[in-house]
Parts: sequence; structure tokens; C-alpha cells
Amino acid sequence: MSWIADSLAGAFALAASGDLRLYAIVALSLEVSLAAVAIAALVGCLIGAAVAVGRFPGRRLVIVVLNAAMGLPPVVIGLVVYLLLSRAGPLGALGILFTPAAMVVAQVLLITPIIAALSRQVIEDAWREYEEQLRSLGVSTVAAARTLIWDTRYSLVTVLLAGLGRAMAEVGAVMIVGGNIDGVTRVMTTAIALETSKGDLPLALALGVILLAVVLSLNGIAYAVREWSVRRHG
Amino acid sequence: MAERAPEELVRLDGLVVAGRGHRALDGVSATLPRRRIAILGPNGAGKSVLLRVMHGLLAPTAGRVAWHAVAGRAPRIAMVFQRPVLLRRSVEDNVVYGLASSAAHRGLSAAQRRARAVAALERVGLAHLASRSGRVLSGGEQQRVALARAWALEPDVLLLDEPTASLDPGATRAIEAVIHEIAASGVAVVLVTHHRGLARRFAEQVVFLHEGRIAEQATVTDFFARPRSAAAHAYLEGDLA
Repeated sequence: MSWIADSLAGAFALAASGDLRLYAIVALSLEVSLAAVAIAALVGCLIGAAVAVGRFPGRRLVIVVLNAAMGLPPVVIGLVVYLLLSRAGPLGALGILFTPAAMVVAQVLLITPIIAALSRQVIEDAWREYEEQLRSLGVSTVAAARTLIWDTRYSLVTVLLAGLGRAMAEVGAVMIVGGNIDGVTRVMTTAIALETSKGDLPLALALGVILLAVVLSLNGIAYAVREWSVRRHG
Repeated sequence: MAERAPEELVRLDGLVVAGRGHRALDGVSATLPRRRIAILGPNGAGKSVLLRVMHGLLAPTAGRVAWHAVAGRAPRIAMVFQRPVLLRRSVEDNVVYGLASSAAHRGLSAAQRRARAVAALERVGLAHLASRSGRVLSGGEQQRVALARAWALEPDVLLLDEPTASLDPGATRAIEAVIHEIAASGVAVVLVTHHRGLARRFAEQVVFLHEGRIAEQATVTDFFARPRSAAAHAYLEGDLA
């Protein structure tokens, strides 16, 4: 068991050493995942609100598909994005395969259904409470959706965190479309996989510790914001 | 929109709301005068359903609602529900939101909307809470904000669905005072309530619903002193809850 303790000690020493290679990997991970969450939040919340408030043929089927899409295997998404972005693929002209942009695309496809499905549930619950009142005030469906997104904003932050957690923890898709190129597309999860296979456990563990710390910090901040908002806004 | 005698508020023609083998309204026909009206009846009589049909929130299975025109236009109708729904924003912003959503108030500037909201809150005695979040107020205060939001819309008709249900006596008195003021300002008020004291003090006309039908329509004095229908008699005796 001493090798675990040694590795952990090495990991903390590495994390505290200010190793530029390590922090570049952490920075790229955050950059890619936050960009993906920003895009997926915009698209996912709009889809969620539209499905929650709208009444259209096939709505139930859309809900089932959205819920099912939350469990899409990342490697399958990676493969599809790879085929789309490869030189012979329909979007090959973009030339973004094996770049962080391709990783953002893959993560957006991965987490948009999660954000859409969970935000649909949050907004629909609020719609049940608000519907008669908003209709009584003559609020249009589009304006109602806007109001509901704003009024459920603190719950939606939790939804976005779920998306961010999924994006940051994901390895299969970004490995396929990013290629895990050192200094270009290497992120925490792909680096952990690589360093573990090489036997460099301190670096793998250091990255793991930082990954956990980042996720814990973001969730802690979101929890504090939510608690504050509940006290202030009810 | 038919032009009729000015004392007439609304005509209900054969309203039916049916579904899953049950008729919430079973042929409700009446002409309601422009007076303070209380709709009474036991649980499940169809009171709240009738109010929603009158407001257009619920489409009847059959029948129609014909409101009497006000100054040649359709009357502006506002509604306050049993459980007030306030948005996660300040009390003042809740009232402003109502004005911003109202087609009849599209021409108002943001400053005018805010001024009207403050005036409405003053009328219900809540101006001092204007900057507080609406959802952290007590139930009675939230209901008064809902009344202010409805009143700010300058409605011709105000529909109230059990506005004092689940409130303590103090809050009930405050709500009742506001409702009296709204009615005194010229707004036609239709009140659904289980609170017989409130109905007796507030209403001029009573519509008594039983099993989805109007069992009786009378002045408030006649209804409480000399109920004609067996159902109303049983209701007033406490045998019909």
C-alpha cells in the first residue's frame, strides 16, 4: 500500500510545485469543458423550455428521446464527430479534427441532451405552478418560457453543473476527436489515462486530485449560491 | 360582444365542462348583474371551474360566456387565485411584470409601469415591502401583492378564487378590506369563497352552485335568510360541506 501513499505525496508535491505542463493541461480542460457547457446551456435550456411549455404533436416522443440521449456513450459520439470532421467527412473542410474545437463539439453533443432533459423537467415543474397565473396575465408562450428560465435559474445552475461534471469527466470522445496531443489537445482525463498506462502514477494522481478539487469547488460555489438565493428570493 | 342593458355583467349560456365521465359544470345558464357577486357552494360544486371558464382559462365542452361590453370594447378581466403565484423577483417587479405583460398597457413606459406598480402597492398597504422578494412574504402579504398586481391592470372585472383560503383571521381581514376597496373603485368583483361571513359582508348577489348546476341565485339577504333550494338550505345548515 506504500506505493499509493508515495504516489499521493508525489501528486500533492507536483500540484503544489507550479508545474507548467500540469497547469496547461488543467487550463485546457477547463477551457474546453466550460466552452462546451456555455454552448450546451444556450441550446439545451432553449430546447428544455420549448418542450416544457410547448404543446405539439410528438412531444412525448421528444421527451423520451431526450431522456434516452442522456445516456449516449461518449465513444459513439466521439466516433460520429470524428467521421463528420475527418478530411473525407461532410465537415472535413473545417479542418478542426484533433484540435480543442473538435473536443468542444464532441462535449456539446454529449451534454446538450443532459441539459435539455434536466432543464425540461425543472421548467415543466415550474410551469405547472405558474401556468394559470401567466395565462391569466396574458403572457405569450415565448415570454412564459423566458420567465420560467429566469425564475428557475438557480435550479438550472445545478443542471449546468451536471453537464459540466459530465464534460470534465469524459475521456472517450475527446480522446478520439482530440487525439490526446501533448500541449495541444491533452486534457486531464486523457492525460490520466495516458500517464496511468505509462506507469507515471504521481502525475496521474495529481491530475486526479486537481480534477476532483475543481469539481468539488464548482459544486460548492453553486450550492452556496443556491442557498443564498433561496434565503433571499424564496 | 353584445350590447345589453348596462347593469348586466355577463351572460352564461348552457356551460358544460365534462371529462372522464364527470361533469364539473352541467348546463350553467345565468345572467349576472354588475353587482358584487359571491359564488358559493359545497366542495366539488364547480365554483372554481366556472371562474376559469369565465376567464377563458378553461374552454367549456359546450356553451358560451358573453361579457357585456365596456365602453364599446371587451372588458378587461383579471383573476386572483387561491394560492398566489409570485415570481422570483421583488414585490414591485411582480406588479410591473403584470403591467408589462398586459396588451392593454403596452403603451406605458417603464417609468410609468413602475409608478403604477408603486401606487397599486400603496393601495394594498405594501409599498414598504416593494423591494422585498415576493416569495418570502407571508401568505396574506403574497395574496395582497397578487391583488395589487391585478388591480394595477385597471380591470373592469376581477375574478377572485378563494382569496382568503388558508389565511389567518388577521390576513383575511386585510384581504377583505382590499377587496372592498377594489369593488368601491368601480371594478365588478366575482368572488368564489367558502367563507360565508365574507360572502355575507361583501356580496350583493349570491350564485349557489350544487353538482355543477346553479341551484339558486338570489340577493345576499334573501339567500342567507330564506334559501329556496334544499341544497342551499342544507349548505347553510352545515349538512353540505
